[in-house]
Amino acid sequence: MTRSAPGPSRNLPQYGALAAVLLANWLLFPDFFSIRLQDGRLFGSLIDVLNRGAPVALLAIGMTMVIATRGVDLSVGAVMAISGAVAATLTQAGWGLAPVLAAALGAGLLCGLWNGLLVAVLRIQPIVATLILMVAGRGIAQLVTEGQIVTFTSPGLAFIGSGSFLTVPMPVVITAVLLGVTALLVRTTALGLMIEAVGVNRLSSAGAGVNTPVVLVAVYVWCGLCAAVAGLVVAADIRGADANNAGLWLELDAILAVVVGGTSLLGGRFGLLLSVVGALTIQAMNTGILLSGFKPEFNLIVKAGVLMVVLLLQSPTLTLFLPRPGPRPVRPPTPPRGKPESPSPSAGA
Amino acid sequence: MSRTWLISAAAAAALLIGLGGAQAADKKLVVGFSQIGSESGWRAAETKTAKTEAEKRGIDLKISDAQQKQENQIKAVRSFVAQGVDAIFIAPVVATGWDSVLKEAKEAKIPVVLLDRQIETRDPGLYMTAVTSDTVLEGRVAGEWLAKQTGGTCNVVELQGTVGSSPAINRKKGFDEVVAKNPGMKIVRTQSGDFTRAKGKEVMESFIKAENGGKGICAVYAHNDDMAVGAIQAIKEAGLKPGKDILVVSIDGVPDIFKAMAEGEANATVELTPNMAGPAFDALIAFKKDGKAPPKWIQTESALFTPDTAKAEYERRKDAY
Repeated sequence: MTRSAPGPSRNLPQYGALAAVLLANWLLFPDFFSIRLQDGRLFGSLIDVLNRGAPVALLAIGMTMVIATRGVDLSVGAVMAISGAVAATLTQAGWGLAPVLAAALGAGLLCGLWNGLLVAVLRIQPIVATLILMVAGRGIAQLVTEGQIVTFTSPGLAFIGSGSFLTVPMPVVITAVLLGVTALLVRTTALGLMIEAVGVNRLSSAGAGVNTPVVLVAVYVWCGLCAAVAGLVVAADIRGADANNAGLWLELDAILAVVVGGTSLLGGRFGLLLSVVGALTIQAMNTGILLSGFKPEFNLIVKAGVLMVVLLLQSPTLTLFLPRPGPRPVRPPTPPRGKPESPSPSAGA
Repeated sequence: MSRTWLISAAAAAALLIGLGGAQAADKKLVVGFSQIGSESGWRAAETKTAKTEAEKRGIDLKISDAQQKQENQIKAVRSFVAQGVDAIFIAPVVATGWDSVLKEAKEAKIPVVLLDRQIETRDPGLYMTAVTSDTVLEGRVAGEWLAKQTGGTCNVVELQGTVGSSPAINRKKGFDEVVAKNPGMKIVRTQSGDFTRAKGKEVMESFIKAENGGKGICAVYAHNDDMAVGAIQAIKEAGLKPGKDILVVSIDGVPDIFKAMAEGEANATVELTPNMAGPAFDALIAFKKDGKAPPKWIQTESALFTPDTAKAEYERRKDAY
């Protein structure tokens, strides 16, 4: 959450957008909020939003920190494809669940390390550096699967996609855990502050003693890991690795989720939970469109229209003219200093 | 030692003479095939089938992989022309931009056959024939099976392919024709699943919720098998039985759908045969023999497959894909 937020009023546009989309879904489809148990697993449209939103939410967690350093990672969709391809192929080759997971996550870490080194050490601009893996990564995944959809039947791996823990679908559980771990890492240590500092001004944060290359590499590695987890979830969900389509264009959805969550592409202050809220807003919209029964030709137009409203609500210029429930108007979008007013760990989630 | 030498030398000589004789008697046809690439399992199967069909007929097939690029295909066609092959097969990656290179082939008097896709050209004389499936027919065959199976009364949900793609448009058109003829048949929901398994599953999940937990759905019609496989998982996770509570009919005939049919979870698929080269070879051989030009469009069969042959069909296909 934004560090200098004195109350919830600052994040009202984000939560408000999610609430508005959910409400619209309910109006279109009255059973939207009804939930029941099916085979020991929660079942309902709201659960679908959480479950289907999980991959983009996972990507958004890693992407938030990359964007906070004033970077961007375009390769996450391709990394998802690689991780899924590795997991499915090794499972087919008869490997056990633990080594399969280790290999898939390891592939993600390696991809992240590659991106991080290009950005931090070779100082290539992030959008270009990660574009390399965005293009090449899908090819790597296709090489691993030999261009086919590799299907598997391993119940252990499938559990990650369609199992449940205390009736909650596993993708949702995994996302919550990763969000918690990430928040703990960045908010109970100085790491979060360093990430913001690097994003605001890399030179002066280096001058202030921040080891900027290490921070940058760490952020991209974590983003790669998040993408690998998302790839596992997607592959496990359909019990197969589809190298051509897994994670296709999801990097853009992830960036959108971060932006809808209120983190600036100019780096600096970031909100992990808000990015997840952004991801859920996007998914709520997608699910709503599917439930509404519109013709598929309208999907993208409806989505764009809703997004425009959400982003307009957050526009600093526009919000000055809108009546706000909070006591203060939004500050102009100058890079904030990231000075914590209440450095309690709970503010980190 | 010397004796083995002698024998092998003699054998080699005999082989050479034999080969030379065969070549002289009946010149082997040489065909150049410019393939798009191997972007899908179906495409890989098409290439593989082309090789085996060529072997069956004793044709020398040279395959060039264009890696999704038209410029590579044009280069390949030019090199085939330079090599003086007997015919050129092209699976065109895009519909336009073929006129000049096809003219070069025509001037060299090399017949060109299009496989699997049509092209747009002002001069249809530039190619001899096109071997493709009839995608409207595929949708019609799927629809007719469903109409027969349900006595013409069925609430169908439809998983469309990528919006605006020609197989999605045509497979919808063919199916809609059957729906129009059966007043009891209705498409209650239709959405795009982008031809992918993941989207097919997601869309089916919301269809089930939107139609009273799936109770209002009699069948799902998917424009390809992959979306159907995703839909089957969604049906299962909703606590329903795919293939019984909700019938599953789709198009393509990939191995995974035969597996699902063998397990009773899918009901029918219309095959898009990967054997595009076979009919093309036959047309070519007939043309070379008595100069009879084949029809401009050779349609491949759109055969319907049901669970009773699924197990055998799966075994037959799993290695071709």
